[in-house]
Amino acid sequence: MPDTELREGTDPSAAPPAPGAGSRTGKRTGRPAGSARRRTSPDGTKGIIAKIVLLGLVDALAVFVLTMLFLSHSWTVLVVSAVVVLAINWIYLRKGGLPAKYLAPGVLFLLVFQVFVVVFSGYIAFTNYGDGHNSTKDDAISAIQLTAQKRVPDSPAYKTSVLAKGDSFYLLFTDPAGKVSLGSTDKPLEDAAGAVKDSTGKAKSLDGYQTLNFQEIVANQQKILALTVPVSADPADGTLRTADGSNAYQFKPSLKYDAGADTFTDTDSGAVYRDNGKGAFAAADGQTLSTGWKIDVGFENFSRAFTDPSLRGPLVGVILWTFTFAIASVALTFALGLFLAIAFNREDLKGKKVYRILMILPYAFPAFLTGLVWSGILNPEFGWLNQTLLGGAHIGWLTDPVLAKISVLVVNLWLGYPYMFLVCTGALQSLPSELDEAARMDGASAWRVFRSIKLPLLLVSIAPLLISSFAFNFNNFNVIFMLTGGGPRFADTTRDIGATDILITLVYKVAFGQGTGRDYGLASALAIIIFIIVATVSAISFKQTKALEDVNS
Amino acid sequence: MNGPAPRTASSATPTDQATGTTAEPATGEAARATAADVERLKSLHRSRPFGVWFADKGWRHLVGIAVTIFAVFPLLYVLSAALNSTGTLVGSNALFSKIDFGNFTALFNIPSRPFARWFLNTLVVGGITSAATVFLGAMAAYAFSRMRFTGRRVGLLSLLLLQMFPQLLAVVAIFLLLSGISEVIPALGLGSQLGLIMVYLGGALGVNTYLMYGFFNTVPQSLDEAAKIDGASHTQIFFGIIMRLVTPILAVVGLLTYIAISGEFVIASVVLTDPDSQTLAVGLYSFVAQQRSENWGVFAAGAVISALPVMALFLYLQRYIVSGLTAGSVKG
Repeated sequence: MPDTELREGTDPSAAPPAPGAGSRTGKRTGRPAGSARRRTSPDGTKGIIAKIVLLGLVDALAVFVLTMLFLSHSWTVLVVSAVVVLAINWIYLRKGGLPAKYLAPGVLFLLVFQVFVVVFSGYIAFTNYGDGHNSTKDDAISAIQLTAQKRVPDSPAYKTSVLAKGDSFYLLFTDPAGKVSLGSTDKPLEDAAGAVKDSTGKAKSLDGYQTLNFQEIVANQQKILALTVPVSADPADGTLRTADGSNAYQFKPSLKYDAGADTFTDTDSGAVYRDNGKGAFAAADGQTLSTGWKIDVGFENFSRAFTDPSLRGPLVGVILWTFTFAIASVALTFALGLFLAIAFNREDLKGKKVYRILMILPYAFPAFLTGLVWSGILNPEFGWLNQTLLGGAHIGWLTDPVLAKISVLVVNLWLGYPYMFLVCTGALQSLPSELDEAARMDGASAWRVFRSIKLPLLLVSIAPLLISSFAFNFNNFNVIFMLTGGGPRFADTTRDIGATDILITLVYKVAFGQGTGRDYGLASALAIIIFIIVATVSAISFKQTKALEDVNS
Repeated sequence: MNGPAPRTASSATPTDQATGTTAEPATGEAARATAADVERLKSLHRSRPFGVWFADKGWRHLVGIAVTIFAVFPLLYVLSAALNSTGTLVGSNALFSKIDFGNFTALFNIPSRPFARWFLNTLVVGGITSAATVFLGAMAAYAFSRMRFTGRRVGLLSLLLLQMFPQLLAVVAIFLLLSGISEVIPALGLGSQLGLIMVYLGGALGVNTYLMYGFFNTVPQSLDEAAKIDGASHTQIFFGIIMRLVTPILAVVGLLTYIAISGEFVIASVVLTDPDSQTLAVGLYSFVAQQRSENWGVFAAGAVISALPVMALFLYLQRYIVSGLTAGSVKG
């Protein structure tokens, strides 16, 4: 990259070209479509055809999407999508407005999958969205009725056959009176008089469905056991279920919903569950039903993060470690990279090229594999380091809190130093050699030349990169998650939080972790905290580098 | 190269100055030296005492060897584990004690973990994403570099700011958005690679555009002016002239995107739930997530196969990537 190019890039605002060039470009964008239209060369017609075809395809897709939205009654999304489609057509069909034509596709994706999702995260952070709280109150009420079910005492057995159509399974019931009906989990019982019965009077097949034999039933046991067929559209009527694929029994909700009072009553104990205002039904003794619904909870997720005893202590530890990890990673990789760049910035060093290739190999190795491979090397029980190099030692490289942190830093150093080495080499070589000579002439020592001249100049071009590197390491999910999974776990909490967890791995575990329930609201609140931290740090440090630049230019 | 040249290049050690005093007069002569003088100088060079050689260059070799061992060992370790069909973590500790391809055949014969599919999925998702990213980024960079319009500066600055916030931060929102989409159009929602690609394209602008924008600016404006006078339309200028002149940066952005996407775990693991649709990052993690030590050999074989193409491509295009990185570093 030429020098002028490097200069210009450091400050985006310095980009406008010379006045002459500016006026020329101004004129050009003024009449682009018109001039192209006037000279309709063969290429021009080809272009127009391509444009029509592409826009046609986009519109066809849009019509499909809009129809689907219409059918699913998603009115808000429908309106927004329609506006977007109209805007796209307007951008590409009107004359002029050339920049928009080039920017629209990228910006559209950017707005939906980068900007919108951030705003959406902000919204989720203020709700109790998560396992048990992922739908509306009406959905929760019918879900409670469907899940909290008990077999109706002394209810008769329904003879049952398992049928399949495509990928889904159905149950064919014959009630004690001989009436046949068909249903599935999302399809309430309906009459199936056309079914063929076998000699015992049990209906066994139906036109359009395939009857499963015993082996097939065993092979699909899980799915068949999960079938709960509602007796009618009203969940209060109960369901039919089978435990063996040949007999089914009627189940009824053990919780009875009273629509007028908006309460559930346990049919056995008589306990009454009321809406507790926090998106769940709770009994007088504080016990809540597991299925709730989504409500807005204001700042509760944020306050919970810093007051909930199972979360507060670990979270403070995680935040401190996130900063330590990011700063130490940048410092270590930069120090080693710069040192190597200086050591190998000699034209006459034998084998320089070989060293260089071998030393940047870690950078070419996929990052997600790095953590996994190192986790094998460092494994305390079976790993190469303990077993072979240290002759059977039992050092908890990944299980001791302090050693695990050191291991994470070393592995991240392995991953990150080649990048710094490459960049520092580039920056060093772009420094004019006269500087060095002039300083030497004035009697400065090598160290002094480096400390007072080379390093400040180097930092001007590398400082923005160090900030980016900090922002990257602040969210360096792969190394942590693949190497230690965040472990070893803190002893003072029941949650899955460990000594090497950084904020982003915590977000992932809270939202999608195994074993513990998913809590999207809390996870989003944590993500918002990361946003704020990264934004603040970047803002401050970019200001600082601006200052650095002014000092040196 | 043994003679005067290095004196000017760099002399970072203090002892250098000591040797400098003896070499300095020789440098003057060397300018008009005869062949014999050069020979004499070279022999003088060779016969320098070890201490001086070490202080000047030897330590650099020591550093080089130490760092090379640090850099290369894990790679050799995983290669050795892949070639050792004992298969367990303990069995892999004796490096290169046994060489066969048992792990590789085992790798392709596990029905619940379709490695070949993962490999193909990664190629497809990574390939489409990087091609589209290059195209979208280039279009945006062209607009920013060649056109002047309201909001241009703000646009460039917003891109610079947005790239500080990686998409994985919003992984929860992305998951919920896609699960919402699945209810309307299942083909674009959760579990679909197309949906995942769309999500990735949200990050197509950002740092890539910035990188390309800088490179586009180095292509002289006069070229498109000339083409314009000859009657070329803006699309002809874009595809016919600019895109051809900026191929190196397109390759760099494409490759860097491919590397980033093929190693992306967080979003892919949330979106792709069916083993048949997963990428290598998600699949290989599931290999060792539960039983790290038992599946080690097969995992190592998978790691070697996954890493080789990327590493080969990287080393082959190393020169371009490095120039792109340096530019990117300064762009920030």
